[in-house]
Amino acid sequence: MGTQTQAGGVRVQQGAFSPEGELTSFIAACKGAGAVVSFSGIVRNDAGGRLERMEIEHYPGMTERALEGIRAEALKRWNLTGAAIIHRYGPLVPGEVIMMVATAARHRREAFAAAEFLMDYLKSRAPFWKKEYTGDGAEWVAARDEDEAALGRW
Amino acid sequence: MIEVLYFAWVRERIGIPRETVETEAATVAGLVDELRARAPRYAAAFADVSALRVALDQELADFGASLEGVREVAFFPPMTGG
Repeated sequence: MGTQTQAGGVRVQQGAFSPEGELTSFIAACKGAGAVVSFSGIVRNDAGGRLERMEIEHYPGMTERALEGIRAEALKRWNLTGAAIIHRYGPLVPGEVIMMVATAARHRREAFAAAEFLMDYLKSRAPFWKKEYTGDGAEWVAARDEDEAALGRW
Repeated sequence: MIEVLYFAWVRERIGIPRETVETEAATVAGLVDELRARAPRYAAAFADVSALRVALDQELADFGASLEGVREVAFFPPMTGG
């Protein structure tokens, strides 16, 4: 099954997007799906509620390739009618949507599993780095061992 | 001639996002040794390579990998997407 035939794709952008709008178009494009799962990541108000903003840096070119690769792997492992990844970069404030993934399949199990797979892989295999700004200064977010370990289950 | 890119705190420590490097190194580890010898800020950035990741022509690789035919090398900390 080629990756061309499934709905969705990969988008990396600085600007805000509407998860509701994206989901509506994704569902419309996923012909034959009986289940659609979507996940949206939001900027948490971490640092004890003192987070003022976050800056996401990425590696233009490699980011798109890495996300395309992760999406292609999901399409290979599960029988999906679609898979979409949208990820932002640049400045973000608490409450803003950073990214979303959506998957579609005939039945829910495949859609759930594929969405988790996409999330686990893009957390530690897509070249994004987060820097958090509080009143005290700025700090790069450290990668978490649990995120790396999560790849082991796939 | 090879393009070397730095991201996140590696970029901040070295002070530039990218540069063209003339290198004789056969492997990533060899290139890291050459860079470390350039200036203290490089030595600081590459002090602990276990804290770093490397990509060759935009694919993740390891520090023992060959640089033959490689045009672009990128060094960065573990990724924190999502």
